[in-house]
Amino acid sequence: MSHVRLSQVTKSFTRGRNGPRVVALDDVSLEVAKGEVFGVIGHSGAGKSTLIRLINGLETPTSGQVHVGDHEITALSERDLRGVRQDIGMIFQQFNLFRSRTIAGNVAYPLKVAGVAKAERDRRVARLLDFVGLLDRAHDHPEQLSGGQKQRVGIARALATEPSLLLADEATSALDPKTTAEVLDLLSRVNRELGVTIVLITHELDVIRAVAGRVAVMDGGRIAETGTVYDVFAHPRSTAAADFVRGALRDRPSPETVARLRRTHSGRIVTVGVQDRTGFQTALARTFLEHGVAAGVIFGGVGELQERAVGSLTFELTGPAEGIDAALATLRADGVDLTEEEG
Amino acid sequence: MDEFLTNLPEFRAAIWQTFYMVGISVVLGGLLGLALGLVLYATRPGSLMSNRAVFVGVNILVNVVRPIPFVIFLMAIQPLMKAMIGTTIGTDAVTFALTLAAAFAVSRVIEQTLIAVDPGVVEAARAAGARPLSILLTVVVPEALGPVILGYTFIFVAVVDMSAQAGLFGGGGLGSFAITHGSQRYNWVVVYITVAVIILIVQAGQFAGNALARRALRR
Repeated sequence: MSHVRLSQVTKSFTRGRNGPRVVALDDVSLEVAKGEVFGVIGHSGAGKSTLIRLINGLETPTSGQVHVGDHEITALSERDLRGVRQDIGMIFQQFNLFRSRTIAGNVAYPLKVAGVAKAERDRRVARLLDFVGLLDRAHDHPEQLSGGQKQRVGIARALATEPSLLLADEATSALDPKTTAEVLDLLSRVNRELGVTIVLITHELDVIRAVAGRVAVMDGGRIAETGTVYDVFAHPRSTAAADFVRGALRDRPSPETVARLRRTHSGRIVTVGVQDRTGFQTALARTFLEHGVAAGVIFGGVGELQERAVGSLTFELTGPAEGIDAALATLRADGVDLTEEEG
Repeated sequence: MDEFLTNLPEFRAAIWQTFYMVGISVVLGGLLGLALGLVLYATRPGSLMSNRAVFVGVNILVNVVRPIPFVIFLMAIQPLMKAMIGTTIGTDAVTFALTLAAAFAVSRVIEQTLIAVDPGVVEAARAAGARPLSILLTVVVPEALGPVILGYTFIFVAVVDMSAQAGLFGGGGLGSFAITHGSQRYNWVVVYITVAVIILIVQAGQFAGNALARRALRR
């Protein structure tokens, strides 16, 4: 059952008075299933911030519908939206904690808004702070915490009303790699242990790789591609997705790298996409061998995505020309992703 | 000095009159100004309760009233004073004018201070499902408390200044005392002692404001 559904959503606005019309989202449709971690990746300006704010009605689309559970967000009045928002938590890049309140006061805020009685509030705040590992900091103020701790408070506050959906707006972009990993671990726990559906937007592939099950790649206000994280990044169909993979894995040689390789390697240069199946590399080596071709790895990288192998290897092939042609033809016939580097 | 000592009872009375005028106008004007400032902040375009008509109306009103020099304002609102409190002279009349002048000054200070509150914090409160009025009073104002206190301190000093000017119009207080018992009788001792007391009042107010603001800001 889908938890969040965007149907043909468009959002445009005018920049400044009489300024140009800017299209932030262009005919965006997507579905997020109950209990999954759904990532949206895109460069800044791709429209992801607008997208996530449509889900809790902080922004309204120019056209199209947004559904969360049984509610049509786009049909609700501001008053009715407030009730729905209490079942949707949100965390932010800059944490947006209340400086005027203690850590406990920050976590208690949504409960006060929801009209939860003091005793029950205190009980829940203590449990939440314990969950994020900050129970001993309850009476401190936000400025006394590190960035990672602040985001954990943000997460506790977002979960205070026990929402079924959590929106994460670039939640780790202001954090260093180590704290990013801690916060992402916590988000995974929130999803696993509490069953909370998470929609997170980011510009970092590593964030998607660490926590998301499915991903949408955004480019220029449109969704370029949607699918499981493995499918989208192991076999990108859109240039936007391919760009992110290249940026993160750096396994495929750039034209400059090919030119440099060419200076020191006289044979034919071929890049092979690694497949996640048993014996792939062995089969590859055997095919070259059978055709009397010597294949040496001169570039590439193999990594892991959702516990499956991804990457590519660049070979220099030497041997009889007809042997190389025959080997490449065999591989292509086997469905191997194979690119001969020109130049 | 002897002459000053013979006027000591009047001097004491003047000090109390100053406290009376400043106290009432800072409290009442402060509250009225807070309300106006909240309206200005909340109704501006893109804000919590944006309402163009209200914003433009209040904005123009504040812009018209605020730049009028106090001594001129005091004369200009005499018909209003007459209608509201039945007199146009004396301490109460001056206090009425001070209250209004303080309110308009405070409204801008409050508006400017609240605008500086991080919009992300307001967004977090909206995302939690809070009502706009509740966000305004329980999030925006507390987040801006330190600068708000400093703003009120600034206004307090301005009101002490204006209350002394009101001496020219028989408003009572230290300003009147310095004029009638001091400069008009060429008694400079009285003038300087009065100035010293005014400086003391201002210093005490500034000191208290700074201390409170430091506590609110926790630094």
